[in-house]
Amino acid sequence: MLKISNLHASVEDKDILKGINLEIKAGEVHAIMGPNGAGKSTLSSIIAGNENYEVSEGEILLEGEDISELAPEERAHKGVFLSFQYPVEIPGVSVTNFIKTAINEKRKANGQEEMPANEMLKLIREKSELLEMDRKFLSRSLNEGFSGGEKKRNEIFQMAMLEPKIAILDETDSGLDIDALRIVANGVNKLKNENNAVLVITHYQRLLDYIIPDFVHVLMDGKIVKSGGKELAIELEEKGYDWIKSELV
Amino acid sequence: MDLKEKLVSSFMAFEEQIDVHSELHDVRTSAIKNFENKGFPTKKEEAWKYTSLNAVLKNDFTVFPKHENAIEFAEVKKYFLHEIDTYKVIFIDGKYSSFLSATTHDGLDVCLMSSALNKPKYKMIIDEYFNKVASKEESLTTLNTAFANEGAYINIPKSKVVEKPIEIIYFSTGKENALMVQPRNLVIVGENAHVQIIERHQSLNENPVLTNSVTEIFAQKRAIVDYYKIQNDLQSANLIDNTYISQKQESRVSVHTFSFGGNITRNNLNFYHFGERIDSTLKGITIIGDKQHVDHYTLVNHATPNCESHQNYKTILADSSTGVFNGKIFVEKEAQKTDAFQQNNNILIGDKATINAKPQLEIFADDVKCSHGCTIGQLDESAMFYMQQRGIPKKEAKALLMYAFTNEVIESIKIPELKQRITKIIANKLGVNLGFDL
Repeated sequence: MLKISNLHASVEDKDILKGINLEIKAGEVHAIMGPNGAGKSTLSSIIAGNENYEVSEGEILLEGEDISELAPEERAHKGVFLSFQYPVEIPGVSVTNFIKTAINEKRKANGQEEMPANEMLKLIREKSELLEMDRKFLSRSLNEGFSGGEKKRNEIFQMAMLEPKIAILDETDSGLDIDALRIVANGVNKLKNENNAVLVITHYQRLLDYIIPDFVHVLMDGKIVKSGGKELAIELEEKGYDWIKSELV
Repeated sequence: MDLKEKLVSSFMAFEEQIDVHSELHDVRTSAIKNFENKGFPTKKEEAWKYTSLNAVLKNDFTVFPKHENAIEFAEVKKYFLHEIDTYKVIFIDGKYSSFLSATTHDGLDVCLMSSALNKPKYKMIIDEYFNKVASKEESLTTLNTAFANEGAYINIPKSKVVEKPIEIIYFSTGKENALMVQPRNLVIVGENAHVQIIERHQSLNENPVLTNSVTEIFAQKRAIVDYYKIQNDLQSANLIDNTYISQKQESRVSVHTFSFGGNITRNNLNFYHFGERIDSTLKGITIIGDKQHVDHYTLVNHATPNCESHQNYKTILADSSTGVFNGKIFVEKEAQKTDAFQQNNNILIGDKATINAKPQLEIFADDVKCSHGCTIGQLDESAMFYMQQRGIPKKEAKALLMYAFTNEVIESIKIPELKQRITKIIANKLGVNLGFDL
């Protein structure tokens, strides 16, 4: 599904990613963990196409096609979704209108007609129920005055609507209480199938109790320094990151 | 002969052609003297530091068009709020068009300034209100006063809630090579009365136009006035809008100014308080490009205790356009418990665009709440990335962000059809079809 090889990236001449290799197959859940400043959020931004970062080397393949030169919206149209750590507020544009626009832009890019209104409504109802979202919520301005939990729930709602091939969840657990965490994780698990993949970026192991990864990678200083199964996350939670550092030395 | 000389020398001829009573003659005479002394404002004056009229004044303007010009309704229908029923006071090249208008004397007066100024039955009202809040010092206002003859006259009696909005539209046909017009509006809103007014100036071809307009609004006790100015004119049109508002106790007056086009647009908006618990609202959206220039010059004079004022101006400048915001709040010693708020946010999307923003608070009372905030920035890149990540292309994402930026002001438009119209104009300005009705 997603294959990243030898990815180097920098921002303002500062090297942040120093040769990332990662392969995620359809149907898999991968987690990337690591200390603050390791480059976790940079990696997710770069996969999604944030133009603030300079990719100096390497490639990002989505189903065999190099997407590293594409604009963020083109990657989105091909099935890349990034759940933001800090979703942006857009006053005056309702959750419903925003997602309608997003869906129809994607369909337009893929040569499809706009989604008929009744079909759209049905889909919105179905997916908002999955995330246990109140009907009133849908007519509110996007993210404006939303609590941390509401923002993240709204991100996963959009993911559910857009049905991406690869969903990257960037620190989705930050700012969530336990109920919201359960709802969000439950949503992700229900959306997960044999034809898509999920990449969870997190600092803590907590989310991985709910979204169970097939593989866990440790990102430190711009490189993946260790990979393993879900038990690696538990080990990291117990021992912190220092033991890996010493292991590396 | 320059424009000033032309105007001053034509004053006598102008006075002769219309029959006016002597009080009005005196008002006009002292007004033209003031203008003759001061002339057109220049950049040397603090109030005009950022706006120059020099280039505009070089045009050889016709100041008294000779011909009555007609327009077919179908040609100009789009400038009307035709989705709903309205009163209409319409002018073509400075002259009243009875054909396009829908005036009334039934329970309220929506008619012509020329009638009010010249007919004996209005004399008492004219004596009481005409030129009473407009400046007797500011040169362009006095220039207008000297030639004041035509415009809209609106008088809403006590307790009358006017069901239909009133549209005041000034069309310029461009039949003259260059035209100067000086509309004069008078709006009197009685105790507990409520009215909504929409004002627009519109050129129909590219010949230069200079409009020097003065509007006086009197809001009596507990009156509610919602006034909307739509400025979406051609590149050849110049507008100097001088609006003076006098408010009595517990009245609520709001003025929304939508500046989307024109060559030079200057809005002088002045609020004066005479009574307690008054509420004044000044809001504006400016979206311009090319070499357009929009200057908002506001004054709220808090002279009495327990009053509020709310200002919120949003500006988006593209290309080489220039914006000016000068917001003055004056709180007199007696005006305790004043609550004055001023917000001015600007986004520059053109590399050569310029904004001059100047909040000016002069406070002489000690128990007041005055706050102001002014920001100048570019479009938020992280917000752009967020929307693009959801598949919304750059251009549409920009438009959506700019729409969101102006939303606070749009939300306070009280006529739904006008709100729709304004959002459509904005979508048009931003060059996108957003795929849903904003």
